Amino acid sequence: MRTHRVDVLVVGGGAAGMAAAASAAREGAKTLLVEEGSRLGGVLDQCIHPGFGLHRYREELTGPEFAHRLREDLRGADVWTGQSLLEVEPGRPRARTVGAAGLVEIAAKAVVWAAGARERPLGALRVPGTRPAGIFVAGLAQRLVNIHGLLPGRRALVVGSGDIGLIMARRLHLEGVEVTGVVEIRPYPGGLLRNVVQCLDDFGIPLLLSHTVVEVHGRGRLSGVTLAEVDGSGIPRPETGRFVEVDTLIISVGLVPEVEGIPFAPRDPATGGLAASTRLQTPVPWLFAAGNCLAPFDLVDTVATLGERAGTAAARYARRGLSPAPTVALGRGPGVAVLVPSFLVPGEEVTLYLRASLPLAQARVTVGPDGFGRVVRGVRPAEMIEVRLSPEETKALARSRNVTVEVTTLR
Amino acid sequence: MARKHKTKANGVAGASIVVVGAGVVGSLVARELTRYEGEVRIVEREPDVGWGVTKANSAIVHAGFHERPGTCSARFCVEGNAVFADVCRDLEVPFGRTGAYVLALAEGERAVLEELRGRGEELGVPGLALLDGGEVRKRLPDVNPEVVAALWAPSVGITEPWALAVAAAENAVANGAILHVGEEVTGLTVHGGRVRAVRTDQATYDVDAVVNAAGLAADRIAALAGITVPGLTPRRGEYLLLVDVPPSLREAVLFPVPTAHSKGILVVPTVDGGLLLGPTAADLPPTQREATETTVEGLAFALNGARRLVPDLPVGKVVKVFAGLRPEPADGDFWLGETDIRGFYQAAGMRSPGLTAAPAIARWLAGEIAADLGLAPRPSFSPLRLALPRAADLPPAEWNALIARDPRYGRIVCRCNRVTEGEIAAAIGRGARTVDGVKFRTRAGFGRCQGGTCTDRILALLARETGRDPEEVPVQGPGSALVVGRVR
Repeated sequence: MRTHRVDVLVVGGGAAGMAAAASAAREGAKTLLVEEGSRLGGVLDQCIHPGFGLHRYREELTGPEFAHRLREDLRGADVWTGQSLLEVEPGRPRARTVGAAGLVEIAAKAVVWAAGARERPLGALRVPGTRPAGIFVAGLAQRLVNIHGLLPGRRALVVGSGDIGLIMARRLHLEGVEVTGVVEIRPYPGGLLRNVVQCLDDFGIPLLLSHTVVEVHGRGRLSGVTLAEVDGSGIPRPETGRFVEVDTLIISVGLVPEVEGIPFAPRDPATGGLAASTRLQTPVPWLFAAGNCLAPFDLVDTVATLGERAGTAAARYARRGLSPAPTVALGRGPGVAVLVPSFLVPGEEVTLYLRASLPLAQARVTVGPDGFGRVVRGVRPAEMIEVRLSPEETKALARSRNVTVEVTTLR
Repeated sequence: MARKHKTKANGVAGASIVVVGAGVVGSLVARELTRYEGEVRIVEREPDVGWGVTKANSAIVHAGFHERPGTCSARFCVEGNAVFADVCRDLEVPFGRTGAYVLALAEGERAVLEELRGRGEELGVPGLALLDGGEVRKRLPDVNPEVVAALWAPSVGITEPWALAVAAAENAVANGAILHVGEEVTGLTVHGGRVRAVRTDQATYDVDAVVNAAGLAADRIAALAGITVPGLTPRRGEYLLLVDVPPSLREAVLFPVPTAHSKGILVVPTVDGGLLLGPTAADLPPTQREATETTVEGLAFALNGARRLVPDLPVGKVVKVFAGLRPEPADGDFWLGETDIRGFYQAAGMRSPGLTAAPAIARWLAGEIAADLGLAPRPSFSPLRLALPRAADLPPAEWNALIARDPRYGRIVCRCNRVTEGEIAAAIGRGARTVDGVKFRTRAGFGRCQGGTCTDRILALLARETGRDPEEVPVQGPGSALVVGRVR
């Protein structure tokens, strides 16, 4: 097996990986990006709708346009597409990959993991009934429609109001598919408010909150599903059950960070994503993490920013071999469902990304025992809250061993 | 019986035999029949091999201690277990001898373990041992701490039943058998107490013998021959499938103590790194032969039953729930051998441990038929079948050599189970015509993402390799197209 030596190996050619590879190369590191697909872009390539780049480029781009911008910045890095990661050694930054030219061992000094996230399948919800054709996770349906030009069905129901589900509701409607609605088990939508408005409201597609699919029907092809309302704790009320005739079910019930290739890397227990510091360094010093493998983010702009930061940090690590900076662990307190990162470096400015457990009209985000607080209006679990802490504030947190972040309601 | 010679239009000397059903039993019977001179056809109603009872069961190779001495199930279970590893080696089918523990969770259950051991020893099951609770907890740190004792059965194993059916059918075809999928038997011609012909929805075949290995349809096929069989009840088993579970949970098959009705809810490692919880055992009305839906109650029962054995199961790793139907014969035992109609043989009523018994039944039944018809051994028979290359399991040098010959073996399509484009193309080359056909042959789409990442590429490969439009590619049988048209 041939061995290829680099400073920084980036795994994954989506937004996070492209941004990481570009920034690592800009730092002067010999950088290699490996991507399993035949081209770069990751999920951006199939996101042909606009709405990307408003933060990063201050203009509205489609997914492929956003990917194109990131690709343009990649010139300093080597890129291997059609190259799948097989394993990363637990003890050192050495990886094995495979592609049409064979197996390659890659000896790196630092690795950036940017493998993104996968969609939760319907089976994970343990929905009873049959298992006919016509059930698609939203991203698969999106790929079939936007990449292959194929129509998944004629009459669809979307399960879960995550962003991809909302976007696919509109996309299928535009292709002439009758979209009977979007069902969401929670009493509030799972996607961004702007997507609820622009994808459902603007096209008259109903959003059924506090509803779920309780049975799948059909042999061969899907013939319909039974919907039911759920009570306050998400348990279906059988007496509310009703049959909806559809031949297509689009599943958008959450993303799972793709981290199986590095089983040795510590995970955040809440998201299953990689635990990393504000420098995107994991507790394995040579391993850095970027993008949705940390936790699913709302905006690709954020993913790209974190990717850049990870690439820069990995390049510096590769050059100097520095041991990780002393960190303080960040813990999820009451009201917080998701928190990235897992550790902060005192004395450095940081941005915390968190998701509240519940919608709140007005809330206070409190960080640490001394209670640095931020007041946030209109908190929605679907929309990440960003909390920036100054170097002085993070320095003050150095005294604590564990810093807890809380979201509490303000009346 | 006098030796019978018959010359067919195509010049084949010897007997003509139709095996009805290409499940694990029918495929293995057909393979064994190709050891002898003659023409063997396998007629299968489903579009692919192994899609009935074979597709959704616990995939366990049982030891035999669950069976009552004196029954066909007991005899062929023990014999089947003894030859299973060899058959899987010859056919290159996954097999793992994990062993199994039957866990007694209360003092009162100890006596059952004693009884099972006694039975097992009477039947010649090797290596059975009773372990005390402390020993079990030491060996299996994740089991219910209330365990008071266990029966250890080292001969229990796990396999991939559909892979065995496919492999056996391929080997049968390589030895001259003719496989007809998507063809349904509609009638049998019986004259003078002997079966003469098999009528299907597509053709009529003159026969010297018919083997009824029709699984859940075995009573219907028997009725076509005009014989009476005990009732066949569809018994539904619901399962949950977990992937990427810690190795400590995958040490061995775990059983509770059995009830009079069934072996109970089990925790079973799968050969590809997963964990199966189930099955339930719900007896359905005789007409419900396709009721493979799961239910709220069944899934809860399966999960709770599994949690009795292993309290902290990683339920977040569930990626799929499914159900299978298994035939439960009213007399509680297999229907084997020749019937009152000469030439009409059965390998049916295959309740658990039918999978385990299948290789031994096949060997025995083919021998019976050969003796009855006076068939000579066929010297050119080869028991060996090469599996599809599983590129990611090869040593690096061999994988590289394979890629050098065909670069498609370097392109991974299914990330979760590391299945290459080369394997998918090869599976299609061997007869996969549907998304599930590819999945069951290669494991592409069987992993943690359940095909969310690779199904579009599999569809494109199926369309390209078989010269069809994507709209014409079904997931399962007819009427199950994955996509319905083009965007406008």
